[in-house]
Amino acid sequence: MADRDQEQSSGAAGFSRRGALKCMAWAGTGVLWTLSGGVPRSLGLLGEAAAAEPQASGITFLQISDSHVGFDKPANPNALGTFQEAIAKINAMPTQPAFIIHTGDITHLSKEKEFDDADQAMKALKPPVHVIPGEHDVADADNGKLYLDRYGKGTKGKGWYSFDAGGVHFIALINVFNFEPGFKSAGLAKLGDDQLEWMEKDVKGLSASTPIVVFAHLPLWTIYQDWGWGTEDAPRALSYLKRFGSVTVLNGHIHQIQQKVEGNVSFHTARSTAFPQPAPGSAPAPGPMKVPAEQLHSMLGVRTVNYVRGQSPLAVIETPLGA
Amino acid sequence: MSRQIIASPLVFTGLASLLAATPARLSASDTAVQAGAQAAAIQIDNFHYTPPSLIVVPGTTVTWTNADDSPHTVREKDGKFKSAALDTDDTFSQTFAAPGEYEYFCSIHPYMTGKIVVKPAGPSS
Repeated sequence: MADRDQEQSSGAAGFSRRGALKCMAWAGTGVLWTLSGGVPRSLGLLGEAAAAEPQASGITFLQISDSHVGFDKPANPNALGTFQEAIAKINAMPTQPAFIIHTGDITHLSKEKEFDDADQAMKALKPPVHVIPGEHDVADADNGKLYLDRYGKGTKGKGWYSFDAGGVHFIALINVFNFEPGFKSAGLAKLGDDQLEWMEKDVKGLSASTPIVVFAHLPLWTIYQDWGWGTEDAPRALSYLKRFGSVTVLNGHIHQIQQKVEGNVSFHTARSTAFPQPAPGSAPAPGPMKVPAEQLHSMLGVRTVNYVRGQSPLAVIETPLGA
Repeated sequence: MSRQIIASPLVFTGLASLLAATPARLSASDTAVQAGAQAAAIQIDNFHYTPPSLIVVPGTTVTWTNADDSPHTVREKDGKFKSAALDTDDTFSQTFAAPGEYEYFCSIHPYMTGKIVVKPAGPSS
């Protein structure tokens, strides 16, 4: 696995891998996304990003995910530290993204102090940050009150929203409030009727040529049902996007990269800045995965994706942070 | 498959640690009965409530302890009781006065479920 990754990375592009390794230590920092002419492609961070061709038009944004501020267990005794590290790396990028999206699990236990610490860390970022909650951000006894008090202003329902930037329509969906308990069902996430109705209206007036980027914490396709890695009513959300030529779905939650292309839609989950999680079904439970420090480098890293217009397959290159 | 454990509180503690040490997943029908106990314990281990189903007498205080590196919650399906996120070794207690069945789940990992059955002790116990 590591060998294959390495081959892919060495065949990738002429960016300075050594530079990336040196700067990034072992923390997965994020995924940099560029959209030009409605065609998104993800770039790695740092050296890779610096080496990217300049974009004549379009927009560049960055995705970070699953910072789990407050986590201090053996898999990473200082998740705040690695989050700050990731932020410093983003700030050191020669070209700043137009904005940053954090795809949830900002905190580990939904505690006020964790939100404060995360906020303080994100204040160091120069571009604006758009956030959505993960289930770890709404695990307080008041069902997400702390998150919504802090980040809910100007959003709809339980925190969902949309905006336009660089000719792209961005939709932030929340799938951490309506979990279907697993008594009779699979225990997957749900978007819920209110949000779906809002979304249907939200995209109604858009031309089919508008590139769409949807982000949500849990994957919008079922990656592994036994661990609840999926969203039960995601097919309904995706049905509203069928007529669009380019749809990109960005998720977090599973602390590893999984990708799928289905027709006009490409799905991508992101790495965490905190700790890795096991591959689907490879462990008894999806808890934080502790790996030897020397292995960690090979399990975290960045991803380059060339997203080609139309029906062409995605060109995907995964770059580990170390061998 | 269904297994019933009838135990005094002391014996139950021993069984609970045995159960916790068993790597095999317990089936949902596994049930522990605590006759006459005023306190009962449920361990959260490897993303499972152990035992997943527990029968107690009215007035029993049930305490959940999270033994995982991942946080979990204890949330009754209709919101009758719910904990905040429990970090490793955190506990949550709930006293059950009224007879009935209480199904609960983890709001962070909703496929984790458990059940408390509250009923008066039978004549033979």
